[in-house]
Amino acid sequence: MTKVPVQMTVNGEERAEFVDSGMTLLKFLRDKIGDLTAKAGCLQGTCGTCTVLIDGEPRLACVTLAEDCRGGTIETVSGLSADAELHPLQQALLDHFAAQCGFCTPGMLMAAKALLDSNPHPDRAEVEDALSGNICRCTGYEPIIRAVLSVSGSNVCGDTAERERCDGNK
Amino acid sequence: MTLSYQTFSHPQAASRFLAERREARLLGGGTILVRRVNEGDISISTYVRLLAPELKQIHVADNTVRLGAGVTMATIAKTPALAFLAPVARSIGGPGVRSAATVGGNLFARSPHGDFGVALLVLDSVVCIEGPEGFNELDLETFFKSRRQLAHGSIVTAVRFRRPMPEDFRFVKISRVKPNGAAVLSIAALLSRTEGHVSAARIALGAMANTPVRAHNLEAALRETALTPREIERAVVSAAADTSPSSDAIASEWYRKAVLPVHLRRLLST
Repeated sequence: MTKVPVQMTVNGEERAEFVDSGMTLLKFLRDKIGDLTAKAGCLQGTCGTCTVLIDGEPRLACVTLAEDCRGGTIETVSGLSADAELHPLQQALLDHFAAQCGFCTPGMLMAAKALLDSNPHPDRAEVEDALSGNICRCTGYEPIIRAVLSVSGSNVCGDTAERERCDGNK
Repeated sequence: MTLSYQTFSHPQAASRFLAERREARLLGGGTILVRRVNEGDISISTYVRLLAPELKQIHVADNTVRLGAGVTMATIAKTPALAFLAPVARSIGGPGVRSAATVGGNLFARSPHGDFGVALLVLDSVVCIEGPEGFNELDLETFFKSRRQLAHGSIVTAVRFRRPMPEDFRFVKISRVKPNGAAVLSIAALLSRTEGHVSAARIALGAMANTPVRAHNLEAALRETALTPREIERAVVSAAADTSPSSDAIASEWYRKAVLPVHLRRLLST
């Protein structure tokens, strides 16, 4: 296979590697630089567990080529926490029991981060839309949505109508 | 499998390259093509990336909109001049898909996908194509009927349409998975009214055939009506003649045919 040079910034660190041409960003992250936080789920761009941020935008690493990311800025879950302190989103998912098997969690975290970076105070509908590309088979989504809303400072259960619905789910 | 990645700055050069290599494909957002390679499609061994800046540009002049084929759904959703198309763009997958999915790529998406193409079809869009024989333009309806017969190496570079009055444009996408799952069906409607009666009607349907299609029979039935409930009820039954839906994992042919009149009725009654 043809090896080509690829250079990008991953979690603030410049990375330059020779990769097989046509390699996906997901394989680059996992196999080339050892960042296993982006998961390989469907490899179809459907499940969202490979979600990373490229230049601040949420992108699906499994259907994105590493060569298309040259010069780009990539953010993964590995870059969320500084030293031993968890990012507020990570802490919120813990506090709200929003991770069970954990496989969707990296994608959920990065999709949520993309939302809060551009919209620090989303409403529930905006959170649902932001996570709409991420599938979870375990939690039923509600704990994850509450966790994201708690970080945003929004009422975890939204407006009165939503609060009544939430209270019914407790 | 050995893959390669080629970049070009000019559509003509990319077109010539694609025409000469059957195993090469033009790369848009990657949501269709890279997925196919991931799934083991060995007919693709070369990705072609066209870096021409005009592919990512949006031009609005005198109410004529020109969308570069590389413009993404995310960009359309946040462009004020295209606010009427924002709901359509936001219905395409989740944020990760919308950041990558392009106008041009959506025109080649297989049913039940391709909902942005449904909206473009109702807008009487023209497709700009750079091909081995040079530059060409096709109305979108003809494009959809002949997209599998396009000369190898043909590249969609832009789509052009007239921006409608926002109140004339309607769109709905029906999906099982909320909020942004694949379509059971999608409907775009452009209805102009004069003195309370429909003076011009364009209706396009998604996931009701193997490409987005116009509902010509329904359009004829709606013209000069006042869109009363009775007139709508009588008109929507004529839409079936323009459809040939398939069964897939999202919905059966039977279900699509059964619910189309329901959703047409609701959309036309708004």
